[in-house]
Amino acid sequence: MNKRFGSVILDTTFRYLVPFILVYAVYVLFHGEYSPGGGFQAGALFAIAIVLDRLVQGDKAPLNIHGNWAVIIAGIGAMIYALVGITSILAGGNMLEYGMLPFVHDVVERHVLGILVIEIGVTVCVMATIVAIFDALARREDLL
Amino acid sequence: MRKLSYVSLLIMVFIFLATATGLPVLFDSESPAAVNVSPRYIEKSHEETGSLNFVTAVLADYRGYDTLGETTVIFTAGVAVVLLLRAGKKNGNDSEVDGE
Repeated sequence: MNKRFGSVILDTTFRYLVPFILVYAVYVLFHGEYSPGGGFQAGALFAIAIVLDRLVQGDKAPLNIHGNWAVIIAGIGAMIYALVGITSILAGGNMLEYGMLPFVHDVVERHVLGILVIEIGVTVCVMATIVAIFDALARREDLL
Repeated sequence: MRKLSYVSLLIMVFIFLATATGLPVLFDSESPAAVNVSPRYIEKSHEETGSLNFVTAVLADYRGYDTLGETTVIFTAGVAVVLLLRAGKKNGNDSEVDGE
């Protein structure tokens, strides 16, 4: 992408916006259990940070994820979620029964951990999916 | 063959309409889901899941399987869109795109 947003002021503003969006995304992810938010919203925020970074800086962007990798990472995100379910089956419970997860002793802690891990899986999946679609669109129009 | 598909479609429509009358009425406050399931979520979600917020308890715990399906749908839709966009890639025979 050679034209970016067309002016130095806009480019610089959006570049400095990216870290704040990332921090907010992490906040939304980790507070998703107690307040509005959660995996889907945090994933969208992460994706927006990556897309903005890439729109401004092109292929040199530090947060750049290549299209093929984005699809793979999206699959990994969905797999993290499914693995939590399979882990609880292997530990003797039902699918996604967080109380049976084997890693911590306290039942409530297990629930918190299980929900956090599946939220992270959702976040990774949503983020990588949006980035993959953006990447495919950008390559189709030869913008990158 | 085509007549057969129309006939089977008609049969399916008839079956769906016939069974639809057996479903609870929409927005009925006396339906089993409203009488049994919702109060259970509200009253017991804290002790059963340990979650402080029962929206989270329903989303991730009672309906965790549903959320897994949602994530899979998003992934599948994303893959489909990416495949379609790549398959329809222009080969330069199109006029110049507006430089954006």
